[in-house]
Amino acid sequence: MSLELRDIHKHFGPVRANDGISLTIEGGTLHGLLGENGAGKSTLMKILSGFYAPDGGEILLDGELIRPSSPRDAIAHGIGMLHQDPLVFLPFTVVDNLLLASPGGSRLDRRKARQELGEMCERFGFTLDPNSLVRTLTVGERQQLEMVRLLWLGARVLILDEPTTGISAPQRLKLFETLRTLAAEGMSVIFVSHKLEEVDELCERVTVMRQGQVVGHAEMPCPSERLVEMMFGSAVEIEGREPIDLGDPVLEIDRLTVNERLLSLDNLDLEIRAGEVVGLAGLEGSGQQTLLRACSGLRSADGGSIAIDGADLTAADYAGRLANGVQFLPAGRLEEGLITGLTLTEHLVLGDPNTPFFVDWDRAEGAAAETITANFIKGRPASTADQLSGGNQQRLLLAMLRPGLRLLLMEHPTRGLDIESANWVWGQLLARRTDGTAILFASADLDELLRYSDRILVFFAGRVIAELDADITDVEQLGFLIGGKVRDAQ
Amino acid sequence: MIQFRSLLRSLTPVGGALAVAVLLILLVGESPFAALWAIVDGGVGNVSRFGDTLTAWTTLSLAAAGLAITFTAGLWNIGVEGQVIAGAIAASFVAREIAAPTPVMVVLTLLAGFAGGAVWALLAGLLKVKGKVNEIFGGLGLTFVAISLSTYLIIGPWQREGIASTSGTDPFPGNAWLPTWGDLRVSVVSIVVAVAALGTVYVLLRGTRFGLRLRAVGQNLQSSALFGIANTRYLLAAFMLGGGLAGLAGAIRVTGFYHKLVPGPGGGHGYLGILIILLAAYKAKWIAPIAFFFAVVAVGASQLPLRLQIDASLGGIVRSVLVLFVLLAGGWQARRSAIGQRRATEEVEA
Repeated sequence: MSLELRDIHKHFGPVRANDGISLTIEGGTLHGLLGENGAGKSTLMKILSGFYAPDGGEILLDGELIRPSSPRDAIAHGIGMLHQDPLVFLPFTVVDNLLLASPGGSRLDRRKARQELGEMCERFGFTLDPNSLVRTLTVGERQQLEMVRLLWLGARVLILDEPTTGISAPQRLKLFETLRTLAAEGMSVIFVSHKLEEVDELCERVTVMRQGQVVGHAEMPCPSERLVEMMFGSAVEIEGREPIDLGDPVLEIDRLTVNERLLSLDNLDLEIRAGEVVGLAGLEGSGQQTLLRACSGLRSADGGSIAIDGADLTAADYAGRLANGVQFLPAGRLEEGLITGLTLTEHLVLGDPNTPFFVDWDRAEGAAAETITANFIKGRPASTADQLSGGNQQRLLLAMLRPGLRLLLMEHPTRGLDIESANWVWGQLLARRTDGTAILFASADLDELLRYSDRILVFFAGRVIAELDADITDVEQLGFLIGGKVRDAQ
Repeated sequence: MIQFRSLLRSLTPVGGALAVAVLLILLVGESPFAALWAIVDGGVGNVSRFGDTLTAWTTLSLAAAGLAITFTAGLWNIGVEGQVIAGAIAASFVAREIAAPTPVMVVLTLLAGFAGGAVWALLAGLLKVKGKVNEIFGGLGLTFVAISLSTYLIIGPWQREGIASTSGTDPFPGNAWLPTWGDLRVSVVSIVVAVAALGTVYVLLRGTRFGLRLRAVGQNLQSSALFGIANTRYLLAAFMLGGGLAGLAGAIRVTGFYHKLVPGPGGGHGYLGILIILLAAYKAKWIAPIAFFFAVVAVGASQLPLRLQIDASLGGIVRSVLVLFVLLAGGWQARRSAIGQRRATEEVEA
């Protein structure tokens, strides 16, 4: 079963998620698809598996043109996708999950399904009890169930999106062994990842994507340096930062523990001093977001303490910490930062802590017009936040940062901005250091991390695996560490 | 041109509802014009009917004004009927237990009504924010409790002397009646209260920090939290203010209309308030005219069976069909504006 993609295009508004992608995947191979967050891998795989319709381009399966119109249609063609969070029905039993999507009449043959499930489990060495509720299964077991279901439905091309997130080491070995077996039987396996080590271990060929395009192919084994360079681009010259004298500690985190479903922060210690900029690197969901949310009070700590300027604020919620000079700039601009339907003027009035009870709308509108000009926002005082483009939404959020902050927490502060705007934004942010503001930010942009941080913490699976001095680190070393390759980088 | 189009858009559902009403009347073999005239004449035809219509207008307006606050906060306060009843019960308690001159009684019964409605709404609010019970279910449940409570009081502790009757308690002492002038059956007090409530809600939602924050809470709880707004406090405040206004409506129902406590004293005015605020697109400034239309239809439709072979429920059908048509038109516009949204973005960018 060979698969060919020809000139696939997919746009989301102005964002070119897939920009002319051509790719051939031979039957019986384990094909890796590498790229950092936002490179367009998931979009491409969702097109292939029928979740999205492409804006242009062709998909050929064994030389025959297909147009998967839905996941159901895709699996009928033999293309099945295993999602990062397995799409299973938690309150159903294992066998009912299998039967739910089965084609055919309305009669359910549980006995036959149970028997076939047993045969497949035996073949791959899985231990799935057909009668247990999926809710009680581990993420790894849910993944096994989903894989069995796709194969049972006749999948001949199997797409796995970041399948090793949240599963145990033995389950990972079992998964890889299964994938090798399937490939040996002639199945095409597409393994989507940004973990170099796993691609190294498993795949025979690798395609690297960056910014919606294919930047290169490689036969494995291949030196990791080459893959890193393809993923992140060649190292950019890093300008020196204006040096600044660091002040007293602003943020003191002592043995912070936060437990989440797929990930835990465990006994994390961190100290940030006034005027210091600390960058958080790592794959999306490796713990950076959890740390930022715990610092902001949006996520409560399960253990340990967080102090600002020596005052213990572990129990304070976001409003309480905001009053103490902590502000958070989220990545989901319209989801958790701005408010759909409210105008720019109304946002600026909301964000101003000195707004009187009776709002003088004429004056507020004038002030909003000034803020809009001063921050180069493309919009009018009466435009609603959802009418702005992503970059302008970000400028609006930045314009609402309060003066005299002690600690500024940010996720992807310049995502969606062009280089010039990003430089301007960082100029404004770094100027706050002279007032003693400490900055803690997460970013997927390695250049941004290296250029503006004093220190960089690299997260991998909830742990800080390295703490780097940004002055003596380069893109390559950082790329290795983000991929979880500690030894090679040192 | 654009204004003409938007006028046409808002009149389309009214025309649709009228057409359905005409069709129904023709089906039962009566003249649509005679029916329409019976409703209008029955609603505003003479001083006493006009007074009844105005009294209904005050309670409908108060309930809808309260709902403007809760809807702004993103809450489906379906329990408003129960809050009207709780206000009526609290006002009845004061009217029965306290003896004082009329001005004092008016103030006390209204305050009691506000407090009763606010407490009843606060219960629904606490169920929502503390118990994660959706306000629709909590509110409906509490409405049944309030109805049962009013019935229990009437046949139990507050039963009429010597007569076991579900028709209501003994009439309140005269001092507890809302004062009226001459033949007019509406009290100036209730009109002043309703107008003041509408004005206050309008200013509160449009011109204050509180109103703006309430809108933020209603639109996006996550974003509003990042603006440092204490969501829980604002949600509970919206419940209490909205419920308080509904409670005022309940107090006016018992002290200005029935002059006693009857079972289910809300008379459905809380539920009608929901239809009014939906028609008003949650805007306080449209409540007064729409509530007046509802009041005319409610009072006037009672004339239908007296003059023609038509049941009074026709008024309810016309009202409900109108609301359905308006909601349909609203949904259709929302679909169209998704296209307009993209154009607006491009315009802003340009």
